[in-house]
Amino acid sequence: MMRFIWPLVAFLILAAFLYKGLSLNPREVNSPLIDKPAPAFSLPQLHDPAKSFSAEEMKGKVWLLNVWASWCVSCREEHPVLVELSKQNIVPIYGLDYKDNRADGEGWLTRGGDPYTLSVSDMDGRVGIDYGVYGVPETYLIDKQGIIRYKEIGPVTTEKLRDVILPKVAELQAK
Amino acid sequence: MKRLLILLICLLPSSVFAGEAKDLAKDPVIEKRMVALAENLRCLVCQNESLASSHAELAEDLRKEVREMIAKGMTDDQITEYLVARYGNFVLYTPPVKSYTLLLWFGPFALFLIGGGALFYQLRKRRSTMQEAELSPEAEQRAAAMLNDDKDNHA
Repeated sequence: MMRFIWPLVAFLILAAFLYKGLSLNPREVNSPLIDKPAPAFSLPQLHDPAKSFSAEEMKGKVWLLNVWASWCVSCREEHPVLVELSKQNIVPIYGLDYKDNRADGEGWLTRGGDPYTLSVSDMDGRVGIDYGVYGVPETYLIDKQGIIRYKEIGPVTTEKLRDVILPKVAELQAK
Repeated sequence: MKRLLILLICLLPSSVFAGEAKDLAKDPVIEKRMVALAENLRCLVCQNESLASSHAELAEDLRKEVREMIAKGMTDDQITEYLVARYGNFVLYTPPVKSYTLLLWFGPFALFLIGGGALFYQLRKRRSTMQEAELSPEAEQRAAAMLNDDKDNHA
């Protein structure tokens, strides 16, 4: 009997690892930027390129930085959720239009609604690289001290917003 | 010290201008170093491809970024650090040895030792059980008889 125990134990351990692996999403790579200062940037505003916007200006506020693009397919799924969130006036959403051209970006916001307090355009994707963006859409939650506290990779859903993001926003705003 | 400073000043503008004046992708020295570096880095978009071979747009941008950093005179370690700071250790095909990567680095060796130990133990156990199988005189006679029988049949 004993001789069958050990192979069985080994099998069960292997099966446990493989089972866990089934529920992991390899596309979600933890960002090393969590709990680090949001990289500084100063970029032209999408609607008014003569004016610029920098992350510095947001010191003292809890805000969301949403990386989007008119060419991004999953952004279509996410956009109505953001529009709905912006109507509730809970947390300001700023957009980073990633590797897009201005006309396309503006057209997208005219058609789908504009949930952003303002958007900036990152045409060559440099700021995207500083933020470790690798799959649009991505959303960063930044606190009053300018520290990134959370990153959502992929579309923000109503459930994610309700269960994870908004509780974190409330917690950070209370600080 | 002074001479070194003069040398540095002489070197500085030329390298800066070299970076801006021509297409970095056409510089074979830079390109070679970039490819050597990028082959050991993972592209985050298509995760089973290296940064050197990926056709993803992000990989293209990052290769450009790496070329520029090389042109600026940054060392390979500095460039790798730059990418790790943004994308995490996940970009490295050879992750650093840390407390949380010990299992990854040494797990296979541990498994090998456990497996080898188990095999060794089993073989020793078998040898000792085989030695124990001594025959009683009766059994020996029977065995001899059977063997002789066998011989007769074949003859």
